[in-house]
Amino acid sequence: MLPADRVRAATLERSIMGRDASIFEGGQAGPVCFPISTEEVQGCVDAARRNGRAVVPRGAGTGLAGGAVPLDEPVVVVTTKMNRLLSVDVDQRVAWVQPGMINLDLSRAVAEYGLHFAPDPSSQQVCSLGGNVGTNAGGPHCLAHGVTSAHVLAAEVVLMSGEAVVLGDPDGWAPGLDLRGAYVGSEGMLGITTSIAVRLTPNPPAVQTLLLAFDSVDEAAQTVSAVIADGIVPAAIEMMDKNIIWAVENFVGAGFPTDAAAVVIVEVDGLPGGVAAEADRVAELAVERGASVRRAADDDERALIWKGRKSAFGAIAQIKPNYYLHDTVVPRTRLAEVMNQVYEIVEEHDLQVMNVFHAGDGNLHPLLLFDRSEPGTMERVHAAGSAIIEASLAVGGVLSGEHGIGIEKRDFMPLMFSEADLDAQARLRQAFDPDEMANPGKVLPTGASCADVNALEQIPDGVWG
Amino acid sequence: MAGGEVGEPLESFAAEVGADGPVAVVGGRTHWEVGGRCPEETRLVRAPAGVRGFDPADMTIRVGAGTPTEELDAALAEAGQRANLPVLPGATVGGVLAVGRDDEHALGRGRLRDALLEAVYVADDGRLVTAGGPTVKNVSGFDLCRLLAGSLGTLGLLGEVILRTWPRPAAQRWLAGPCDPTELRRSLFSPSSILWDGNTVWVHLEGHESDVEAEAELAQSLGCEPTDSPPPLPAYRVPTGALKAEGFPGNYVVQVGTGSAYVSEPVSLSEPDPAVISLHRRLKSQFDPRGRLNPGRDPLAAA
Repeated sequence: MLPADRVRAATLERSIMGRDASIFEGGQAGPVCFPISTEEVQGCVDAARRNGRAVVPRGAGTGLAGGAVPLDEPVVVVTTKMNRLLSVDVDQRVAWVQPGMINLDLSRAVAEYGLHFAPDPSSQQVCSLGGNVGTNAGGPHCLAHGVTSAHVLAAEVVLMSGEAVVLGDPDGWAPGLDLRGAYVGSEGMLGITTSIAVRLTPNPPAVQTLLLAFDSVDEAAQTVSAVIADGIVPAAIEMMDKNIIWAVENFVGAGFPTDAAAVVIVEVDGLPGGVAAEADRVAELAVERGASVRRAADDDERALIWKGRKSAFGAIAQIKPNYYLHDTVVPRTRLAEVMNQVYEIVEEHDLQVMNVFHAGDGNLHPLLLFDRSEPGTMERVHAAGSAIIEASLAVGGVLSGEHGIGIEKRDFMPLMFSEADLDAQARLRQAFDPDEMANPGKVLPTGASCADVNALEQIPDGVWG
Repeated sequence: MAGGEVGEPLESFAAEVGADGPVAVVGGRTHWEVGGRCPEETRLVRAPAGVRGFDPADMTIRVGAGTPTEELDAALAEAGQRANLPVLPGATVGGVLAVGRDDEHALGRGRLRDALLEAVYVADDGRLVTAGGPTVKNVSGFDLCRLLAGSLGTLGLLGEVILRTWPRPAAQRWLAGPCDPTELRRSLFSPSSILWDGNTVWVHLEGHESDVEAEAELAQSLGCEPTDSPPPLPAYRVPTGALKAEGFPGNYVVQVGTGSAYVSEPVSLSEPDPAVISLHRRLKSQFDPRGRLNPGRDPLAAA
């Protein structure tokens, strides 16, 4: 078992581990374990089983849906001390990593080989790869390159039986069901990840970044659709609306036009011929829809544009003390329509909203701003949130694009899935974990809510990078 | 559309599958014996066919699982798009998804298993189940779509699917020669395919005309010459790891970078980890406790 200094039961530590980066308070951690090996993780699972406790795997705790919030004092298995890069096969473009390794640290470690790990959630400076596997994390550059699942070849997992098993194959394929694929995105409910074989992506020889400024959200959204319909899949297409542009400009001065109703950042990468042609075509399509176009002339200007995008969440603190970030996806062709609905919903509930999101794949991130000390605010925030989810589903969208379901959207699952659909998901869970010992109370609705879902709290700085 | 909204063809398909008795879904019979033979008395059903919805700007397409892959490809080609599925004469979309074999371009274009966004399937009890969702990005609930791709219809019978689509490249070409596949992969930025039979390498380049030209020059400097087409893939798929084992009979073609190799004679593979076998059994008993769906097929035996 673990030495005493890596099992903590003090009130302070249990209280820290009672939360993640979501709005949920009221989580209750039992013993908090910091294993450093697969064997120690197995020891944690065995000890939990002997003591009749559940197990909650936890990476860096940056999740936004409450997936790592412990309910009813489970053993919390924190993988942050398992943070090593185990091996890199440069020719095969595969690395084995431990789950506690920080996402950006992996890309930095393999930069010398001209490679990187493609999924780049905005929290990539602080989130762990094990957590990325748990949520099937996305990020701005997943539009062309795919989300985490497409970049995980295999994972060693400790099941709730205590067995360690490798799901998938680091070479890329093994006969049988795609257990790897079923495991990625399972939010800690099928087992605990102890190492991961990830696919590394070659750095693109050429990159061009364009900042498109529009007089209306509609024209911005139409341009996004027009680019895709034209046969271009940029590396990233990010949209920011007027409110967030203003906040960002005030905060970092990235040179965004504050008189624009929306800006769209488009990045194309790859070989130089295609990049030049696609950048020209994107600019043309944008100009046809009334945009003014700024092209990053060099790496510094490119970095400045991305700094503007990535500072968005820090910038909003100037406006209101609290915020709640939503995450739904709509078909790309319905973006403008749903954004307009979001503005109406927010006005109806007397709140403020900013939109900064992955427009290329229709992944909306309305950011509701509020001051929780104002009486009645929380009720309005939750009502607006529910209305946004319903508006997204009504046009054929989905509950979550990259944050996951966790506690946050568990009780919304029946809006998207029928009883038979949810039953099928529960069967997957049963096959891996018949005693429902791994991270119980998440994802699948049970009717009973344990956490205090009304207690919103400000999210720590740096969570979104 | 979100889950639950199913049309009449799906309802009839579910009714035909019913809730009792062994039943197998038949597509184009191009890979009928992969993973084992269906007992002769098994009732056969066909999934609905046809394109149900396609908006090129969403880059997703909804089709009946019984749609021929050639019909899917033709519908997408009209909009300058394609899907990452093998296009095989006679084969159906549901069939190639159930078999789970990538086409030869998985290295650059992505894996077949990642093409499936949403699947409506008939479960063992005859109910229609929706897995996944219609958008290109979705983490709502467990990822059952990955489990269905390559499952040989043993967990559920595919009725309708939504696939992610991609633009068709402006230019493309094959080259072949006696090069080192590793060196070629290291030198080229993003070939869509590298195949190797132990002597010859075939490489496929695609993208913007000038990029393909430049990459082709690079490939030629490493010993490749233009060629019309790739080699035919031998019948049996094995993990590349199995090639490291000594003395298997016949010819082979390795699909570099994907973990798959194709061999002309069956190879006996090493037994998987008992924990992996146990997970397969438990999944089967959860999804199809009576063993009525595609009986005789075993995904672990899918060579």
